[in-house]
Amino acid sequence: MLKRINERDDRNTEINKKEIPHIRIGDAEFPAPFKSGLEYASPARGTWNIVHTGMLIPEAHEIFVCASCCLRGVVLTAAEMGAMDRFSTVEIREHNLLDGDMEDLVIEGVSDIINKLPKRPPAVLVYTSCVHHFTGVDLDMIYERLRERFPDIDFTDCYMNPIMRKSGLTPDQLMRSRLYTMLHEREINPRAVSIIGNDLPTDEESELMQMLLANDFTVREITSCRTYEEYQEMAESAYYISYYPDAAPGGDMLAERLGGKHIKLKFSFDYEEIDESFAELAGALGINPRKPDEISDARRLCEDELAETKELAGDMPIAIDYTYCTRPLGLAKLLLTHGFNVRRVYLDAVSAGDKEAFDFLKRKYPDLDLAPTVHAGMRFAQAPGHEKLLALGQKAAYFENTNHFVNVVEGGGMMGYEAVYKTARLMREAINNEKNMKELVGIKGLGCESGCCSGI
Amino acid sequence: MKQTSRITSTYSADTMGVCSALFELGGMTIMHDASGCNSTYTTHDEPRWYDMDSMVYISALTEMEAIMGDDEKLLGDIEDAAREYHPGFVAIAGTPIPTMTGFDFEAAAEVLEQRLGIPCFGFPTTGMNTYIHGASMALAGLVDRFIDDPSKDWIEAKLKEVETSDEEVPFKVNLIGLTPLDFSVNGQAESVAAWLKERGFEVGARLAMGSSLEEIGRASECEVNLVVSAAGYEAGLMMYKKFAIPSVIGLPIGPKQSELLEDALRKAAGEYRRFRTSGTIYERTGMTSVKIHPNDLDPVHKDEIVAIIGEGITSFSLANCVRFETGHKTKVLCATECPDNVLREWDVMTPDEDDIILELAGASYIIADPLYEPICPPDAEFIALPSEAFSGRLYRDDIPNLIADPETILRRLS
Repeated sequence: MLKRINERDDRNTEINKKEIPHIRIGDAEFPAPFKSGLEYASPARGTWNIVHTGMLIPEAHEIFVCASCCLRGVVLTAAEMGAMDRFSTVEIREHNLLDGDMEDLVIEGVSDIINKLPKRPPAVLVYTSCVHHFTGVDLDMIYERLRERFPDIDFTDCYMNPIMRKSGLTPDQLMRSRLYTMLHEREINPRAVSIIGNDLPTDEESELMQMLLANDFTVREITSCRTYEEYQEMAESAYYISYYPDAAPGGDMLAERLGGKHIKLKFSFDYEEIDESFAELAGALGINPRKPDEISDARRLCEDELAETKELAGDMPIAIDYTYCTRPLGLAKLLLTHGFNVRRVYLDAVSAGDKEAFDFLKRKYPDLDLAPTVHAGMRFAQAPGHEKLLALGQKAAYFENTNHFVNVVEGGGMMGYEAVYKTARLMREAINNEKNMKELVGIKGLGCESGCCSGI
Repeated sequence: MKQTSRITSTYSADTMGVCSALFELGGMTIMHDASGCNSTYTTHDEPRWYDMDSMVYISALTEMEAIMGDDEKLLGDIEDAAREYHPGFVAIAGTPIPTMTGFDFEAAAEVLEQRLGIPCFGFPTTGMNTYIHGASMALAGLVDRFIDDPSKDWIEAKLKEVETSDEEVPFKVNLIGLTPLDFSVNGQAESVAAWLKERGFEVGARLAMGSSLEEIGRASECEVNLVVSAAGYEAGLMMYKKFAIPSVIGLPIGPKQSELLEDALRKAAGEYRRFRTSGTIYERTGMTSVKIHPNDLDPVHKDEIVAIIGEGITSFSLANCVRFETGHKTKVLCATECPDNVLREWDVMTPDEDDIILELAGASYIIADPLYEPICPPDAEFIALPSEAFSGRLYRDDIPNLIADPETILRRLS
């Protein structure tokens, strides 16, 4: 629990009497259940940011051109990753806004850094910011000049402009597409597949990987590339597969530019939708769809795992948050329909992919509680932590103040039926074993430390 | 100037400095920005975030609101939150986009104050200066708005006590410039207060770690301020302009530096007390820093140079300590804003990585945050002195308490 500042009981007692901002899903509206306003940042920091994601390109160097308030978070992300040797900055100062020399600052600053690097990187990701957008900086000219000066380096334009998060592609979508702009066109290998847009590697045991490998496809992911050349080999892919929603624009871009086919799969906890997704994949790849008995076996495994978990969990309350996976309401639906006591889902908006689950839950489980994560009132929303509650996701764990939680972000590389049975197993593990929630949720970029973004 | 850092970090920015300075006072601080500043501040700049319930928010500015000049969205959101959560005051801190769109911080604060009936501040930070700039604005703002003259009853009682007491009435000292960005949460702030008490002083308000807004409101009962970081300089000046209370600049690091600091505090406080009790004063400097000049008490007897990179007042206090206790030459490389005349004549301002690299040439020892180590000459001995303001939480557990244990650094200097 938070310590009351200066023991100001008058203020805090009044606040504590209020219930946390929440709404019954039966009363909630799609896609924004909560009014926008001042925003709070919880201490749960496990999701990846644009520094982590950019570092997935092996041997690449990141250069951020921003004001110091914007640089501060990204430079320390790089420092905490132990990747300062792949990260540099150009600092915008007040006089640059008045002098009109923003283009020069980027060109000369980036050039200066490249010339000082002990080894010439094969690729440089230049991140510009809101300031460049608002001053109408000529980015095309900047990159043209940089490519003239450094013809041996691949440059790509990346963006740290959160002010654009509600205008066109989100910064997350942009970042996941910029990851692949430096792939050079090469001869297509009809048996090569790239899974794109994930921060975390797809689980080897997932049906997606099993299907691809069983049909002799060479499967690549940026998370497994260890050299820049390995990264370039992704360009020979005949198929680009995405299952992370924000990766889709990058997949479309790749298909258009390099000539492969983009297959958009759905990450889902719904058996029918999983089957549809894999049938679509089989059709697109020209391989045999999964046989009915394979599907039956997969469903049986899921049901067995869920039943075992339900027996252990009993009526233990469960909270889920949107950082666990892209379909938190789909997961709530799965668990509720299997008898679990899902009390609350933390989200600030309902994604298009979760619309069906939202509608279902609204009808069948109208008392399911929805709570925001950034609403100003969430500053005071952390539970006392007296109750044994299972959380799926870091933000749910923080707000519910529980050490029984599944520490996964962004789906954790799970896909298909595997996401169902693995989640059930992880729930049992979390019920049986406490974690140090305070310590774990503060780590930025969960999974990054495993080496998948360490370059070489 | 290319304003580049190939491999070193960035100091916390002015926007975050405002938040840090006001964190413990029961207000509501809003960073007027799209996103990012709040998670940066709460992750890297604010060690108190997990355990204390301060209200620090972001306005979540969007492109359309910025382009259309929809300031009412911000004002309405703040009003809603303030009515719900009852802060003692409201502060808005700026970032690059409001700077570019010409957001009128002062006017916004005035409108909010009229609507809410509580003190409201608009701090025109730009996100393009270091935390010192923002914390300085905020602390000066506190002095301006919350500190009034002592009550007549208090003054009369105090005068009577001073005039009639058989023993010397202890001088009361405010501490100005305390934030975790410079002092972390490892007990350094408490150690400064403990040092004052050991030396027979009474500790007044601590701006702004460890005092309530009410205690800060009584800071004018003190007779001298100890300005412990550059962030406290403007507030110290304002204390002088408003109440004629002088300030002494420095930190008690090591025996000799501490002794000099104590002498300066006693002198300044004594003059103020005479001024208060007799109405006359023969010397009142306002701001006194304990600087050691080459020809004054010159303790240097070694040729090796110790370079210290960091915030100005901590660095020059540590440099003095090193000179006195080890006899080394010292040079401060100050990478954050520092008022004129605070640093010694041979210290340098080094805002960029390139400036620092040049100045480090010839140094035998370098005392700095570990994130500076990659640019240090390999033949110099590197002594880590982590700073929250530079490396955030990365080396928090290794930040020494320079006040209580200067030997942590000194024992590394042969």
